[in-house]
Amino acid sequence: MSTASDRAPGAAGSGLNDDIGEDKRLALYRSQVRLRDAEQRAFDLFLQNLVKGTSHLSLGQEAIAAGFAEAMVKGDLSFCTYRGHAHTLARGVPVEKVLGELMQRDNGLMRGKGGSMHLTSEEHGVMGSYAIIGAHLPIACGAAWRAQYKGDKDVSVCFFGDGTTNIGAFHEALNFAAVWKLPVIFVCENNLYMEYTPIKDVTAVEHPAADRASAYGLERIVIDGNDADVVYRTAQKAFAKARAGEGPSLIECMTYRHSGHSRADPAKYRPEGELEKWKERDPVKIYRERLKQFGVSDDKIAEIDASVRKEVDDATEACKAAPMPPLDILTTDVYADGGWAWRN
Amino acid sequence: MAEITYRDAVIRGIAQEMARDNDVVFLGEDVAKAGGVFKATVGLYEQFGPLRVRDTPISEQAILGAAMGAAMTGLKPIAEIMFSDFFAVCFDYIANEFPKARYMSNGQTKCPLVVRTGNGAGSRFGAQHSQSVENWCMMIPGLKVVAPSTPLDVIGLLAAAVRDPDPVIFLEHKSLYATKGEVPDGEILDTLGTAKIVRPGKDCTIIALALMVSRALAAAETLHDEHGIDCEVIDVRSLVPLDTQTILASVAKTNRLFTVEENPRLCGWGAEIVSIVADEAFYDLDGPPVRITTPHIPLPAADILEDIVLPTPGRIVDTVRRSLGS
Repeated sequence: MSTASDRAPGAAGSGLNDDIGEDKRLALYRSQVRLRDAEQRAFDLFLQNLVKGTSHLSLGQEAIAAGFAEAMVKGDLSFCTYRGHAHTLARGVPVEKVLGELMQRDNGLMRGKGGSMHLTSEEHGVMGSYAIIGAHLPIACGAAWRAQYKGDKDVSVCFFGDGTTNIGAFHEALNFAAVWKLPVIFVCENNLYMEYTPIKDVTAVEHPAADRASAYGLERIVIDGNDADVVYRTAQKAFAKARAGEGPSLIECMTYRHSGHSRADPAKYRPEGELEKWKERDPVKIYRERLKQFGVSDDKIAEIDASVRKEVDDATEACKAAPMPPLDILTTDVYADGGWAWRN
Repeated sequence: MAEITYRDAVIRGIAQEMARDNDVVFLGEDVAKAGGVFKATVGLYEQFGPLRVRDTPISEQAILGAAMGAAMTGLKPIAEIMFSDFFAVCFDYIANEFPKARYMSNGQTKCPLVVRTGNGAGSRFGAQHSQSVENWCMMIPGLKVVAPSTPLDVIGLLAAAVRDPDPVIFLEHKSLYATKGEVPDGEILDTLGTAKIVRPGKDCTIIALALMVSRALAAAETLHDEHGIDCEVIDVRSLVPLDTQTILASVAKTNRLFTVEENPRLCGWGAEIVSIVADEAFYDLDGPPVRITTPHIPLPAADILEDIVLPTPGRIVDTVRRSLGS
């Protein structure tokens, strides 16, 4: 969990650390509210049968996506999992593009060809959402290798869940990144459950990512993933390390998802009271209080809330009105020539 | 013009492309300082340096994943998987990641990479280091699949694969590494998706790939010299894209079709070709198409056993004679 050094030092007597500054704090808040509202809307639209297929929400995990995205600069690359809505939105992808893809409309990010689990927006640095557990850790290594080879200063950030730490690709990628000293950051969102099973029941160590770090010569880092300031500061350090050519970081962020694993999961396997306990540490709630501690007015907070709500409402209406994808995209972009021809 | 081995052609092909384009990089197990377990990459590390020719751990998923990430962001990687049998431990990239990224992203994601691998039998390595896995790859939309049979084709098709904007699986046959062929001086560039008529003939069409091409040619000489049967032999070279026009034109001329496949029988590439010919040229056929394949068994290690399961010139001759009633 967060350590004293994550919170200190503040202005004398205030107990508050103002290293982040008001503009970035407001951005961190806005981002978290935006992810929360957009995903809550996605869930509502699912209940109306307007979101099709599957979806995996990050409700309760917003501080990680917001904290890392706000620490990135243009050109940095995000590699996400099937639970990737939040990470995609956090890089600035319009809510309409994400909801449109979830609703399988022509205005979606990939016009309905990818779906919820494969959100990609390269112009925003979102290099894909990967639905095969572990696959994107080596891919992020490759993007980081390109940066190292070309002398580019961008950093590749790879987000994944606690369950990923038990698949082979995790270990191959960590070793590979460490040996090649690649500018890549591995971010484990430990929400305590590997799909429906407590991660502790299936993992040899208490902290599934951090307790493996030493095997790859990396620092053991476990942080409070529900505090966006802690995430942001930790991310900044990792970015600085990567950009300085000092290699990869592995960061385990402790968090909790408020919803089930996927839309089909009511999460009945959780012990009574656990969700309620974590909701007291809701990242959006924590951050709203943080803003107030720093003297941000209720009006300013309400203004942010209202403008986010408007973006989500407008996006929802635009998606409801959007057409379904045309059938002629069915066979486009199988190959680089734009088509699907496998023979002459 | 010089006579070089298939092995040296691999080196020359990679070197040609690396010298041409600084974005071409090469990674794999034992490929750099050791020059490859088949000695098919000797000298590249010395010529292009440690930043462009890189040894990896035994981590096939990391090799292919890293190649993909590099390709997505601007490089043109060549990745080596030592034995094609090892595709099974990194098949996620071959089946799920390389070929689907462009489609799923509605054209945003590019994946211009080449996976080179040692494919095929004849080395007495047994069932897990001898397979012909071209059909594992051919079945996946989004991939291209190439398997050269001569040193000249190795260079030209490898160059075409590196310059191709799609992911290409490049299958080198282990039993061909020591074989030799004439290769002209200067840059060599071929075209993917083109079959080659390597022996014109009028009585039947024999379609072969990689190691089977030389066996089909040997059989054709015997059939001609001893039995008066004039075979047209086609080296299919590229399974995806597939040059169906060359195949269909040949069948229209000879009216008989044989395929010679090293892969185990079920779902071999020959079955797809037979299906295409049956659909589109049925009335050109004077008799049933015949597939000559390895039987549907794992490959044995012992030479006496391995030698009788792969199609041989003798088996091709017997099958063609029996089918043509000569």
